[in-house]
Amino acid sequence: MNETTAPSVVNQNTSLILEIPDPVLRFKNTSIWYGANEAVKSVSMGIKNHAITAIIGPSGCGKSTLLRSINRMNDLIPDCHVTGNIYYHDNDIYDKNLDPVLLRRHIGMVFQKPNPFAKSIYQNIAWGAKINGYKGNLDQLVEESLRQAALWDEVKDKLHKSAFALSGGQQQRLCIARAIALKPDILLLDEPTSALDPISTAKIESLLEELKKFFTIIIVTHNMQQAGRISDYTAFMLTGDLVEYNETKKIFFNPTDERTESYISGRFG
Amino acid sequence: MKQTNAVDPKLCKRIHPVNRTIETILAATGIITIGVTIAIVFILGEESIIFFKHVSLRQFFTTFEWQPHIEKFGIWPLLNATITTSLFGMLVALPIGFFTAVFLAEYASNTIKRKIKPVLEILAGIPTVVFGYFALNFITPFLQLVFGKAVSVYNTASAGIAIGILLVPLVASLIEEALSAVPRHLREAAYAVGATKLEVTLGIVVPSALSGIIATILLALSRAFGETMIVAIAAGAGPAFTLNPFKSAETMTGHMARIAGGDLPYDSIDYQSLFAIALFLFFITFFLNLLGRSISKRYMEHYE
Ligand SMILES: Nc1ncnc2c1ncn2[C@@H]1O[C@H](COP(=O)(O)OP(=O)(O)O)[C@@H](O)[C@H]1O
Ligand SMILES: [Mg+2]
Repeated sequence: MNETTAPSVVNQNTSLILEIPDPVLRFKNTSIWYGANEAVKSVSMGIKNHAITAIIGPSGCGKSTLLRSINRMNDLIPDCHVTGNIYYHDNDIYDKNLDPVLLRRHIGMVFQKPNPFAKSIYQNIAWGAKINGYKGNLDQLVEESLRQAALWDEVKDKLHKSAFALSGGQQQRLCIARAIALKPDILLLDEPTSALDPISTAKIESLLEELKKFFTIIIVTHNMQQAGRISDYTAFMLTGDLVEYNETKKIFFNPTDERTESYISGRFG
Repeated sequence: MKQTNAVDPKLCKRIHPVNRTIETILAATGIITIGVTIAIVFILGEESIIFFKHVSLRQFFTTFEWQPHIEKFGIWPLLNATITTSLFGMLVALPIGFFTAVFLAEYASNTIKRKIKPVLEILAGIPTVVFGYFALNFITPFLQLVFGKAVSVYNTASAGIAIGILLVPLVASLIEEALSAVPRHLREAAYAVGATKLEVTLGIVVPSALSGIIATILLALSRAFGETMIVAIAAGAGPAFTLNPFKSAETMTGHMARIAGGDLPYDSIDYQSLFAIALFLFFITFFLNLLGRSISKRYMEHYE
């Protein structure tokens, strides 16, 4: 079916998993289990600093599980455990002596469904800063974060109104503002636009391209067009396996594995 | 003969005798409940109107003596005792119930939960008369041990504390429900900004459940106001206006229970006064319930 790419695999003997020199985050034989069910199977890959890495794959293939292992969100699920290693710079994220609470200040997260706190817009951002012992000017931090999240102009007159009064797209940008207010190193996003309309989606996509100047971004999406539009690197997962990982251009226009090729061309998923 | 509009027997409407019967029974029980409530309000109102023809509202609400045999009908001694016992009840039930709920909803493992919940259920199943004698034979002696002679045998503090213990299971289970209703994604959001478990619980979960918690407080308060058996046994007999919780005083419900137990002639003002007290109590608890409901309704809409 795909005569152009298939032979090149054999000829060039390309590895399916791209090596990233000097990665900010590195998975090494990472397996993630729910009880006896291995949801992510021995993934090894590096994440490039100040780039957008997309994780794609059909529903249930382990994208969220992999993403949530990075900030140890999986700790909240009682029977979930991780084998292998994940390194953030040189720290093993699952080291016994590593405090997940502190880790999460460096690795922020935005969820699939917008989940602002039941607080005012202002407090949604200020709360995280306060509990983390922020000593600077809160007003300034709130404004700066909202500006960075391209939300300031829409909410500057109602900062003390409930965050629930915002539209879904605005709530999601508020959640992004809340995450970046902590000035994290890495920003994890789990299908951040799947609950949003196309206009809000476009706003968030262009926002992410802005933000990659400041943060390393890892985004899970099952919207391939989105991955193609905004990401620099793409990882393709299938039933817990990392099938292929490369520059987004390569994955989309010249995939090596035939499963990647069929997923990209829309034959399953 | 051509029947153009006959329905195919396969699609013809059927008669469901069983369904019909059950629907009728359900409707009837609903109507009975409403009917009984209306009847109660009606009877309370009817007798109260006769009462208030003799006693002015002004006397009822602004004087501080309740002595039916000398025609003194100031509600304050009774109301004051009710407030005192309820206040003590809340002082006991709210903190214990709240912390139990937080522990159950946020901290306890499933194994521990399975051990604590039956204990609460047992506590909830104890008849109030037992709490009454518990107050009289245990709490009062204990108070006397701590505070000495100032504590009378019958006193409002002791009854109030027993009410509090009685209400712990109610408060704990309702607040736990409110906390558990806070969706997981809100907790995750809080963890994701680097909050500790305590910060998540007190900073996000409890405030998110605040209206449920307030509704619980109001419901518990209305239960405390209406509690009768404990105060009849342990708070004392005889209306007395006192701000000292170690002194004996009679609450509205305690007074009604005692007086109604005697042989009051119908149509006497004493008899009618009971209905006036009951109507007043009814308005208080009705108002508290209404307030609690409207608050918890607002909180239901909160997470959408
Ligand atoms: N909390 C959980 N408990 C048990 N199994 C889970 C849990 N969350 C996800 N899984 C399982 O792990 C696999 C991967 O799920 P997930 O990471 O959510 O996939 P994706 O995000 O790619 O749709 C699925 O088979 C799913 O059933
Ligand atoms: Mg997912």
